[in-house]
Amino acid sequence: MTGTRAEIRRLAAARARRLVVVRVLVVLVALTGLNYLVWRWTSSVSWPAWWIAVPLVLAETYSLVDTLLFGATMWRIKDRGNPPTAPRDATVDVFITTYDEPVELVMRTARAALDIRYPHRTWLLDDGARPELRAQAEAADVGYLTRGADWQDHERHAKAGNLNNALGATDGDFILVLDADQVPAPTILDRTLGYFTDPQVALVQTPQLFSNVPHADPLGSQAPLFYGPIQQGKDGWGAAFFCGSNAVLRREALMQLGIVGYVREVDRSVRSALRAADRVLARAGRTPEARRPEVAAALADVREAVRAAQGQLTQGEPLADVTYAFQRRVDAAARGMVSQDVDRLRADLLEVARLGIDVGDAAEPADEPADVVLDDAALDRLAHRDWSPLGALESVRTLVRAVDIDRSDEAQPVMPMATISVTEDMATSMRLHGLGWRSVYHHETLALGLAPEDLGTMLTQRLRWAQGTMQVFLRENPLLQRGMRLGQRLMYVATMWSYLSGFAAVVYLAAPVVFLCFGVLPVTAFSVDFFARLVPFLLLNQLLFLVVGRGLATWRGEQYSLALFPVWIRACVTAFANVVLGRPLGFTVTPKTRPAPGRPQWHRIRPQLVALAVLVLAAVVGTVRLFVADAAPVGTAVNVAWVGYDLAVMSVVITAARYRGHVPQEEAV
Amino acid sequence: MDVEVEYPHEGAVVVRPAGRLNMVAAPALREVVDRVVAEGRTHVVLDLGATTFVDSSGLGALIAGLKTARAAGGDLRVAAVPAQVLAVLSLTNLDRVLRPYPTVADALA
Repeated sequence: MTGTRAEIRRLAAARARRLVVVRVLVVLVALTGLNYLVWRWTSSVSWPAWWIAVPLVLAETYSLVDTLLFGATMWRIKDRGNPPTAPRDATVDVFITTYDEPVELVMRTARAALDIRYPHRTWLLDDGARPELRAQAEAADVGYLTRGADWQDHERHAKAGNLNNALGATDGDFILVLDADQVPAPTILDRTLGYFTDPQVALVQTPQLFSNVPHADPLGSQAPLFYGPIQQGKDGWGAAFFCGSNAVLRREALMQLGIVGYVREVDRSVRSALRAADRVLARAGRTPEARRPEVAAALADVREAVRAAQGQLTQGEPLADVTYAFQRRVDAAARGMVSQDVDRLRADLLEVARLGIDVGDAAEPADEPADVVLDDAALDRLAHRDWSPLGALESVRTLVRAVDIDRSDEAQPVMPMATISVTEDMATSMRLHGLGWRSVYHHETLALGLAPEDLGTMLTQRLRWAQGTMQVFLRENPLLQRGMRLGQRLMYVATMWSYLSGFAAVVYLAAPVVFLCFGVLPVTAFSVDFFARLVPFLLLNQLLFLVVGRGLATWRGEQYSLALFPVWIRACVTAFANVVLGRPLGFTVTPKTRPAPGRPQWHRIRPQLVALAVLVLAAVVGTVRLFVADAAPVGTAVNVAWVGYDLAVMSVVITAARYRGHVPQEEAV
Repeated sequence: MDVEVEYPHEGAVVVRPAGRLNMVAAPALREVVDRVVAEGRTHVVLDLGATTFVDSSGLGALIAGLKTARAAGGDLRVAAVPAQVLAVLSLTNLDRVLRPYPTVADALA
């Protein structure tokens, strides 16, 4: 692990040389790409066929931006080598999050966590609250945490809520987060804690790899480009992401995030409650009851209180004081209304008694009017009872509850882990960066997990990631957040941008079909001009991938980024409907078991199968047209080749649908 | 961390956490506030004069206490806040929510 000084120097020199090569390639890719795209926009859009020509040039623009963002990421690729020595006296909690994974699988991870060498405490965070898991955890001397009564009737916030709940029940300086299937190496803390000697470091992320994936990786489970050059590039820009597991976090940073978030949410909710208050009071003022002078006076009183509170907020008065004063004032107004009401009631009753009219149940107090006297405490009770006689009062009381500092809508007022997205990790690290905390990507495999082994589960997982990313993009767009540097913003945008690829993919699939079947060309000509600009760009781009990938299997990732276009589109559409229109995300439940053997899940890839069929058909039609309709030979050749590329890329879904799970080599023999 | 408790008048309580109010000490402070509020002393003043250090977990305990006191119809205020704690309040924007009172007497008023 620790080389000689000469060896370290040699490695550093090799890294520096590689960085120079990468940067030269990035510059060349950017120049050739821009040269091609400018020419495409200015000189080669076939405007008569605008309906396909414009989408194509837009898709190409999208792709070039994607390439440029990738280039920017690679510009600062950072290989950290050996980590600093771990401090001696840090306290660490290891959190293993689980919901419904098999008990044996969870316990395997828990036992490995107990064997981590650095002193720590191990906790199982069981959101499924399974008695069997509790018993096994206790037997193995592993801490067991589950949600308490506070969470009843409250939004649970999935994994983020599970982690927040555990943060409230533990007190270690650092937290190692592990998914239920991620079996840690004994050295995982020794190799990561050293980075925290920099007091500004809040996060150390390590790679996520899977042990149950064959070399060919039919489902594209491993992400060697992401847990490698991409995270290293983001790290270079000070923006290594938190990816939810195999990461160590500084508790102080998370708690600070929780406090800042609490203040932001209280401020927002108090302001919106006061705005709503104004509307409710205006409505209450139009009810028949409001014509009674005492009700009108009380409503005016409360309205005045709302205005006063808004004024104080504008002047920067602390929220606790503003809400406290507001509540007192509204309470007093409400009490006034009720006491006047009781006065009237008593007067009515006395009148009833004097006239000797039998009023049924009400006759009893009428016989002894003194009993109607209510002390202050009773008045308070009355004002807090739901059957209060005045409709307006009900509205007022709802307002008072809303204007408070306790976030009564949430189980926990302080939530360290971000809950704005179904993928809490990216949102959390972005907020950490916004507060000035640093992050580290340590490129060493220190845990091995289990990937989904069937197409359905894999698709659901990818959909979730994409939806979560787009939620963050729409809710807390990195370009609009405070506190981050430009480079950090770009690193977040780069990842989010890549999830928009589904729309471009549709155009890339449609364009050759349109030409081969109808002879409509989206570019003015497949001329020398065209190839002279496009081919160098494509070649240099591939060369860049080769250099940064250094023999990694990046082809799978390239295939899936196109082949899963229906998933990416669905993620964008549902996330938009969720964030902007307030609709539920509409999850499909992840299948818990492997599908029956021998039955490929064709129904899950129907759009891709249709696309494949159309592509093949188009190639046939195009070839026939070459002879029958005198189609342009070069154009046909280019488009048939294009179709060939699309088929090669998309065929991965067929392999995936037929995949029946991993059989380890020894067993297979 | 030691937590001293004093009862200046009916319904009110002064709580004095001394030393470091961090993630280890925060649960103890929360318990004290929960207990005194349950006893009906809902006007809680936290005298931070003898508190040498507060981290974000300590601030979390303040917020939890504020929630408990408010739910019981009372209030929680912080008084005699030292410079380090003021800095942390401002760093996390918590001074947007809590007003640091100069003295315990001001906070009791």
